Amino acid sequence: MDREKVIEVKNLVKKFGSFTANDNLTFDVYKGEIFGFLGANGAGKTTAMKILCGLSKPSSGDIRIVGYDVYHETERIKNSIGYMSQKFSLYDDLTVWENFRFFGGIYGLSRKEIESQTQLLLNRLGIWSYKDRIISSIPLGWKQKLAFSVAIMHRPAIVFLDEPTGGVDPVTRRQFWDLIYQAASEGYTVFVTTHYMDEAEYCDRVSIMVDGRIRALDTPENLKSTFDCQDMQDVFIKLAREAKYQ
Amino acid sequence: MIFILPIVQLLILSYTATFEIKTTRLAIVDQDGSVSSRDLISSFSGSGFFKIKQFCNSVKEAEELLYSRKVHQILVIENGFEQNLKTSEKGGKIHLLVDAVDGSAAGIRAGYAQQVINQYVKKINLEILGVSRFQEPITIEYSNWYNPMMKYTVFMVPGILVLLITLIGMFLTSMNIVKEKEIGTIEQINVTPIRKWQFIAGKLFPFWVIGLFELAFGLVVARVVFGITVAGSYPLLFSIAAIYLIMVMSLGLLVSTLVETQQQAMFISWFFLVIFILLSGLFTATESMPQWVQYFNYFNPVAYFIKVIRLLVLKGAGLAQLYNIILVMIAYAGLALTLAVLRYKKTV
Repeated sequence: MDREKVIEVKNLVKKFGSFTANDNLTFDVYKGEIFGFLGANGAGKTTAMKILCGLSKPSSGDIRIVGYDVYHETERIKNSIGYMSQKFSLYDDLTVWENFRFFGGIYGLSRKEIESQTQLLLNRLGIWSYKDRIISSIPLGWKQKLAFSVAIMHRPAIVFLDEPTGGVDPVTRRQFWDLIYQAASEGYTVFVTTHYMDEAEYCDRVSIMVDGRIRALDTPENLKSTFDCQDMQDVFIKLAREAKYQ
Repeated sequence: MIFILPIVQLLILSYTATFEIKTTRLAIVDQDGSVSSRDLISSFSGSGFFKIKQFCNSVKEAEELLYSRKVHQILVIENGFEQNLKTSEKGGKIHLLVDAVDGSAAGIRAGYAQQVINQYVKKINLEILGVSRFQEPITIEYSNWYNPMMKYTVFMVPGILVLLITLIGMFLTSMNIVKEKEIGTIEQINVTPIRKWQFIAGKLFPFWVIGLFELAFGLVVARVVFGITVAGSYPLLFSIAAIYLIMVMSLGLLVSTLVETQQQAMFISWFFLVIFILLSGLFTATESMPQWVQYFNYFNPVAYFIKVIRLLVLKGAGLAQLYNIILVMIAYAGLALTLAVLRYKKTV
């Protein structure tokens, strides 16, 4: 089956002075896939992700996001992606609705679209009643789910999630992954970094970065059999031990 | 808070940051002890500006009072004052010892003393020597235009209004983008297709409106409390203020794009604000500053606006007198804004 590629990365290199953060990365991500982007702290995940989002320029390599080139068409890319960062990034002093309206406005949605999307996404979370609450008064777990909803409200082709479940309880993490599954089933491509290996099991395919290189890339099932491990935790530990900087 | 604090500042500063000196405490050493010396002393005490604190027997005793800051000046009337006044070619001799720790205040106090003595000289010319005062060759009559009562508040209030909107313009905007850097929302903004100028405009507009509103509010206070009315046109004043706000806000934003934390932003904008304000001519006349300050003030937005607002509020200057400065201000605002937009990068 020839699936549609939404992320095409060939020989991506990113250097900071003499330090090579991303060393010759090559991978593709297909439409509707949940792609897990794993690696120890400092392995170069965030750097690569920032390049894919157009926040940072690569040193060399051929990278296309939804067909757009990351060197010259970053603004087009930004229209077709959603992003939710490690640091929680809704405006704390605005209400839920005001955040939706603000980000919807930036993406050029009409007022009607903003209203219908907000209603749809809040109802899906079952927190329509939170609509007029100030973000700072909402528990972290709900904030993360809201941030995810805001990231997909303009119906991007790809949504990038940078450690979206950091610091939330297991129940909320499970609910968060339900949201991710639902999004993927609706055709969104999900590109997610995480440190939780149980979450890696939920991904369609997983790449594991070690020292700026992609050390392994396959489905969780295949990875486990290739490296002869019980679970992803063991696969990860086995590979991460190879790192020079620990 | 953004409205109340500046108004409090306007009221307090305008009333207290004054060069007018109401009383000068005086110690007297009267070595002559004559009718003329007592006459001179009573002209001092009758002037209303001087309060005679103590009569001393020796200069040394008086110097101690000066040292301990109990008095501001010592008036020493030499022995033989009256005698010399009447007979000598050189006239009577007095010494005035002035505490000059605060230079500008000392100068003003000495000036008052000079006036009292001049009055006294006129009087004795007439009384003692029988010479008509019409024989004085030249009499200067001052009339203070544009500020007829020489009221300090009239001079000060427009300046403090400038200060208020400068603080809002530069200080608050300099914190703005940095704050988003600190809490992380800037990254969320940077992955959106928002245009740079849209972002900058969105950052400036609220402060622009607040600044103009504050100016309006300040003008109302100036009128109600100090009775200061704007001699020039209000639309012109607000147009110029609008340009000025863009100047300072762009500088603030520029700082904001250059630094990483709010502390750094505060430190840098405070550094520039202090220099801008002190050299702007708000408190002291720029004409008396060194030449390099005059050159520096070409880059000093506060100096432009202080000049314009005083001309406009006090003198009623119109577009014809001000268009030169206005053109420079527009160019400055354009340049600063362009720099701020260029400096703000959506990539990291």
